[in-house]
Order: sequence, then C-alpha cells, then structure tokens
Amino acid sequence: MEILICMKQTFDTEEKIFIQNGEIDDDGVERIINPYCEYAVEEGIRIKEAHGGTVRLITIGGAEAEAAIRTAMAMGVDEGYRLDLTDFPADSDEQTTSECIVQLIKQKQIPYDVILCGYMSIDNGTAQVGPRIAELLGIPHISTITSLTVDGRQVQVERDVEGDLEKVESSLPILLTAQQGLNEPRYPRLPDIMKAKRKPLHRMKWDELRVDVQMIQARTKKVAILPVEEKETGQILSGTIKEQSQELIRLLHEEAKVL
Amino acid sequence: MKRMKGGAFLLESCQPEDVFTPEDLNEEQKLIAKTTDEFIREQVFPLLEQIEQQNFSHTVRLLQEAGELGLLAADVPEAYGGIGLDKVSSTLITEKMAQGRSFALSHGAHVGIGTLPIVFFGTEQQKKRYLPALANGKKLAAYALTEPGSGSDALGAKTTAVLQEDGKHYLLNGEKQWITNSAFADLFIVYAKVDGEKFSAFIVEKDFPGVSTGPEEHKMGIKGSSTRTLILQEAQVPAENLLGEVGKGHLIAFNILNMGRFKLAAGTVGTAKRVLELAIKYALERKQFKQPIASFPLIQEKIATMAIELYATESLVYRTAGVLDQGLSGVEQKQGQEVAKAIGEYAIECSIAKVVGSEMLDYVVDEAVQIHGGYGFMSEYEVETHYRDSRINRIFEGTNEINRLLIPAALIRKANKGELPFFARAQGLQSELMNLMPTLPDPQAAPLTLEQEQINHAKLLFLFVAGQAIERYGTKLTEQQEMIRDISDIALSIYTMESTLLRAAKQQNQSKPNATSHLQFAEALIYNRMQKLEQIARHTLTALFTGDTLRVQLAILRKLTRIEPKNELQLKRNIVKQLLKAKKYIVQSRS
Ligand SMILES: Cc1cc2nc3c(=O)[nH]c(=O)nc-3n(C[C@H](O)[C@H](O)[C@H](O)COP(=O)(O)OP(=O)(O)OC[C@H]3O[C@@H](n4cnc5c(N)ncnc54)[C@H](O)[C@@H]3O)c2cc1C
Repeated sequence: MEILICMKQTFDTEEKIFIQNGEIDDDGVERIINPYCEYAVEEGIRIKEAHGGTVRLITIGGAEAEAAIRTAMAMGVDEGYRLDLTDFPADSDEQTTSECIVQLIKQKQIPYDVILCGYMSIDNGTAQVGPRIAELLGIPHISTITSLTVDGRQVQVERDVEGDLEKVESSLPILLTAQQGLNEPRYPRLPDIMKAKRKPLHRMKWDELRVDVQMIQARTKKVAILPVEEKETGQILSGTIKEQSQELIRLLHEEAKVL
Repeated sequence: MKRMKGGAFLLESCQPEDVFTPEDLNEEQKLIAKTTDEFIREQVFPLLEQIEQQNFSHTVRLLQEAGELGLLAADVPEAYGGIGLDKVSSTLITEKMAQGRSFALSHGAHVGIGTLPIVFFGTEQQKKRYLPALANGKKLAAYALTEPGSGSDALGAKTTAVLQEDGKHYLLNGEKQWITNSAFADLFIVYAKVDGEKFSAFIVEKDFPGVSTGPEEHKMGIKGSSTRTLILQEAQVPAENLLGEVGKGHLIAFNILNMGRFKLAAGTVGTAKRVLELAIKYALERKQFKQPIASFPLIQEKIATMAIELYATESLVYRTAGVLDQGLSGVEQKQGQEVAKAIGEYAIECSIAKVVGSEMLDYVVDEAVQIHGGYGFMSEYEVETHYRDSRINRIFEGTNEINRLLIPAALIRKANKGELPFFARAQGLQSELMNLMPTLPDPQAAPLTLEQEQINHAKLLFLFVAGQAIERYGTKLTEQQEMIRDISDIALSIYTMESTLLRAAKQQNQSKPNATSHLQFAEALIYNRMQKLEQIARHTLTALFTGDTLRVQLAILRKLTRIEPKNELQLKRNIVKQLLKAKKYIVQSRS
C-alpha cells in the first residue's frame, strides 16, 4: 500500500497571536503539527501497520517545518518531502498550495493509493487543500472522516456530517481528509525518535517545480488581518424570572445601549 | 565547546559559547521531552490520587508503559537493550517525569540508583542478564544502602556477606532501611561487608531464598512511593552476583550518588515548573478585596522571585548536563567504569546541583502554599502534596549538610593531585587583592558587563576565603564545619550566578527574541547572590581573624562584593508580567 500524507505545521494552540504591521508575528513561536493533520499521520501509519507498504509525507514550509516532519517520522512515517515556498514571487493561497503539491507528486512520481490530509488547518481554516488536490489528480475524495477500513481496493468510511454520521464506500486510489475522532495519535517512542533523523527527507524549492507562477498564484486577495476581540466575561443575573427579565432589559437599555 | 575540568569553574572564566542552555535543545531532545510530558499528563495524572493511596499495581503498569516508550532506557547502552541517550536528553526525561510526584520517585529510583550500578559496574554477563529487562520495565530495581544505624555514614553498614565453603554462594545477613521501590522491585543493589569488613555490592533478586521486605513506612510526603525495609536472613546470593570487586563497594556507592544527585536536581526543575504554574493560576483566579490576588504587588513579587530561583536552577542543571556530555564524549558507552569515572570528574557540580535544586524547590513550594492561603493547607489542593513531597529532597542522596561538606573536600583533593591550580592561584592573591580597582559603571557597556565583573570578583573571594581557612587550619579544617559550609555556599553561588549569566549572555549574543527577558532574570539573580556572598564570607573571616587584620580583610571583602544599587522592586515587577500573561513559568518578552 502506498500511503501519502499532506501535512501542515501550525502555531501551537497555546500560542497567543500578535499582529505587527498587519502581519502575524511568528518570531520565536512554538509550532506543532496541525492537529487534523496529526490524525492523518496516525491513520496513515495504522494503514501501513495493517496492510504493509510505505508512508510518505509532503509538507510545504521553511526549515522550521522540519521539526514537524521529524515528529511525523518518529511516529512512523518513512520518507518526507519539504517544499519551500519562500520568495515565491506572487501572493499564494490554497490554489497555490494544492497546485504545488500536485506538481511535486507528479514530478517526483510519488506513488499513492491513499492520500490523507487534515480536513483543515487550524490557522487559515479554509478546508480547501485536500479536495483541490483530489480534483487536480482526478481521484475521488471523502472529507471529514472519523473511521476508515481498507479492504483490498475497497474503502469503507464513516464521516462526520455536521454532527451526523454518514457511511460511504469507495475504492482506491482516494483522498481522505481527517476529522477529530478518527484516531488517537500516538506519542513517538524514544527509539523511534532517534531513528527518525536517519530517514530520508527531500528538500525542494518552488522554482525547481515546473509551475507557471501566473497560473498558480493566489486567486484571492488578503485585505487585512485583524486580532479577535477579547471576549469579556459574561454576567449571570439572579433573582426570580421576572426580576431577571427586568434587569436584562435595564442592562440592554442603559449599559449595552442596544434598546 | 571547550571542555573544562570538574570544579575548574571556580578558578577559570567560561564563555557563553562553551555552555549548554535549555535554549540549545535539538529537535530530537524536544521530542523526547514532549513524549515524556504527554505520557505524564495523559497517563499518569489521572491515576495520581490512586498512586498516592499506594495502589502500586498502577505504578508498576505505568512503569512498564514508560518502558515501552523508551523512558527507562536513556542511560542504558544500546548493546544491552537501552537507547544510550546523551545526558541532556536523560535530564529532560527526569525533568518532565518529576511532575508525576511519587510516580516520578519510583521511576527515578529504578532508572537511577537501581539500574546504573549494573550499567557502570556490572560484568558483561550481569549486564546481558539484567539490563534489557530493566530498560524495558519487565523488571524493576531498587537500591539498598541505608540501614537503621547507618545513613550519612553509609560505610558503617552492619549487613554482612560470607562466602560459603563451596564458593558458589554468599550468605547475606542484615536489614536495609527505607528502600524506595521495595514493594515491587525484582532486584536490589545491596551493600554488605564481606567477612564483616570489606564493603561490597551485590545484585540480589527478590526471589532468592532469605530475601523479604517489611511493612510500608508511613511518611510525610511522596506517600505514593514504596518505602520498606529489606530483610536479609541467611539470604543466598550466587557468587557471580557480586557487583564489582570485594572491598570496592564504596566506589560504586559514591559514583552512583553523582548521577543520583544530578537527577534529583533535574527533577526539582520539573516540579518547580508545575508548582509555579499552580501558584500563578491560583493567584489569577482567587479574588480578595474585589480583585485577583495576582494584582497585589506582594503576590507578584513572590511569583517573580520563585521564577528567578527556578531560572537559576534550570540554567545550572542544563549547563551541568552539557558538561557531563562533554566529559563523556569519546568515552565508549559500553565501558561502564569509564563512564562512571567521567561523571565522577564532575562530582562537585553534581553536589552543587543537588543542594541548589532541593533548596530552590523547598522555597518555591513554601511560597506557593502561601499564595494559596488556607486553601494551600487543604489536601484537595495539589500544592499541599508538593509541599510535603519536596521536603525529602534535602535529606536523601546525601543530606545537604553532607553535600556541603563534600564540595570543598573534593576541591582540595583535586588541588592536591595537581588537577586544579588552586594553590597556585591562591598564592599572590593578597597583593592582587590589595591593588584591585573597581571599574565604574559605564552606561555604554554591553549588558551584563558589571555582572560579569562581579562574578570574577566572587571567584577571587572564593580563593581568598578558602585559601585563608586552609592556611590557618590545614588538614584540621574538617573540624571547622561552619567554615566549610560557608566556602561551599560561596562555590554554590558562583556556579549559580555564572550559569544564569552565561545563559542570558548566550541568548544576547545570538540576538534571540527573548534575550531581554533572560537579562532581567540573570540580573535579578546575581544582584541577590552578591549581597548574600558578603554575609557568608564575613561570617568565616570574622572567625578567622581579629583586630586590625580582620579590618583589613573585611576591607578587601567589601571591595570584592561591591555592587551598583539596582531597583530590584521594579525589576521584579517587570519580570512578573510575562509570567502572569503566560500563566506559567516562561522566559519570554513577546507581548
Ligand atoms: C523516603 C526515603 C526514601 C529513601 N530511599 C532510600 C533508598 O532507596 N535507598 C537507600 O539506601 N536509602 C534511602 N533512604 C535513606 C536516605 O538516603 C538517608 O535517610 C540519608 O542518607 C540520611 O541518613 P539518615 O536518615 O540516617 O540521617 P543521619 O545520617 O542520621 O543524619 C541526621 C542529621 O545529621 C546530619 N549529619 C550526619 N552526619 C553529619 C556530619 N558528619 N556532619 C554534620 N552533620 C551530619 C545530617 O545532615 C542530618 O541533618 C531514603 C530515605 C527516605 C526518608
């Protein structure tokens, strides 16, 4: 079984976001594997453990992303590709990302029966890259999966549909995006951490890909990045229902000034 | 990195590039830390209450799980089923484990004093027989040195070993006391005197005939760890289970203590981080006088001081880990005795780390309870357990008194062997001191310039005080325990101050984003220690001299401990901001 994972590195969920000159300040921040991608990595490794094969992984990012790749390797990924988009001469968005990944797959002839992605990244949160890759490769895709069984060339999937469960069947090759609940990612074992640094990691820059910058540059434009306003702590009213309603009306009128 | 001899930091200067800092961790080391941290938080935390009730089946199962992850194998060479990691990695494991309280002690006793004697001193056969199972947790180990009548004076043990006539077995008789892990250990490293004289070590399996354990002790803290007597009644130990040579048990005991002490210190860093986090979170939530108590300057000052002390221990622990790794580079891992010897070179640093770490943690838990007020006195609050658990650290692995007595003794031994130029430096010091001119503060100077000079002076002060005491008492100095303690405390302060300074300077030199924050921690720590140094040195000098001579010596002391006044109040108010924002110990200036 040839398993391919597309994984993104993101800010640690505990990091506070600071905006400087209209850009997110990433100086010295802690980074992690995007949690949804981590489910994808874990699932990929489980497929390999059950059916044999090779788990490969693609990440787009600078040198700092190698920490995430090594982590995935310590979990069990066999081989990694890091594509560096630094100095890309135009704006980039999900269009750029997916075109680049597909170019990389084609150019390096990376084999795949199953491609696994996180269903979205917790930073930009667009949930587009997985489906776009499937489209460009011309293979089926199933998103937000919470359970996967591979049986020969058949796959049975359970997916989360806004809280409901849908069962879907399809066949390989296929692209799947991982939702929370798919599995419980393992902690890397120490011997595997030490082995990870000896696994092959290929590095490429965007200009080594045969891509047309005009074609793949962003189709969307970022207008502004703004901080989320901090939520103030709420107030809990007390008293009888009548007293509470009166107090609520008074507050809406006098303090919030919305009435 | 330049390699320094053990204790040389007192006599030589050291550069920031030559020390290891927590900011220098590589990717593997960070991952190892993360695996350990997640294991403790996700697997151990939910069971801590049950472990506290001495439900040892959890402890054993969790140790086996830790074994599967490789968390028991860091110090065991690959050739014997271990992973043979560097000491920085093994320090990280110990640090992260420490949050697991009693469980951490069970882990520490197993991987440290339990397993290391075989790693260092086992024969090829003993290593092959025992180490793979110890490294993966299938077998657990304990260390039995202490007896009812011999604690600090470990060589005064009464347990005996007699080789039977057929030469196949030793018969051991005696009682070992307060043996950590004794409820579930599969094997014990036992010290006994062959023929009642020759202090020696043995590997004793719990199933050997004549081996049993007593009831559990009732303890003040670390209640979830097992502490029992080990009873040896005509215990039959195969002759091939002698560890090391007959009569050379003390070498094993002392060498194991070096790593034991160092690991204890690493543990205090992890516990203190946890406790500080508890204290900060509590202070932010608890309201009195209609505001969070974290907004009161007196509470803020406590939090800042706790963090500064933690920063100092963290700096010196990781510096020492780096020093150990340098000392071990080029040493074949399989050559256990060579490894032990390389670590033994840094016995002084290990003792310092033990004393500084255990006293830091006791300070931190005490203030953390204070921040919790009456709630901190209640058992439902985690901080109450930490307060009780912390206390043992000043007692075991050599009491802090014993460790303080050891530091100058080790130094003098090295000087006598010609390994450290102590006497050469001490000579001619008086005239150097008379001519010492203080440099004036220069606002243009790089940060920490003054602090660097103060540390240089502190090193001169060490030579000065230690030199005078030795000149006066010679070998009889051992009777002047108070002076030895003072000399030790000066050495402790120097290592602490210098480790913080070098760490902060390294961040500064590399223009790291958090360098300013590091500077604040280092400045605050050094300012505090320099003031204490004056008091400590005055105490010994006043006992050594009288009249005019004393006055001259005290004038020198004042020159050496002269510092520029610093607005400590404001400095701590600055430091505390990042801590309250992050809700935990952090060295960061992003805001
Ligand atoms: C919970 C717990 C777990 C333990 N686990 C183990 C274990 O696994 N294996 C093991 O072998 N031991 C273990 N010990 C024993 C521990 O190492 C000893 O308690 C320790 O070495 C101190 O010995 P002691 O208690 O007999 O105190 P003592 O040696 O009697 O000391 C009492 C006091 O006198 C001071 N003192 C002693 N000698 C001098 C001196 N020369 N000059 C000045 N002051 C001195 C000490 O500093 C101390 O303050 C454990 C102890 C405890 C409490």
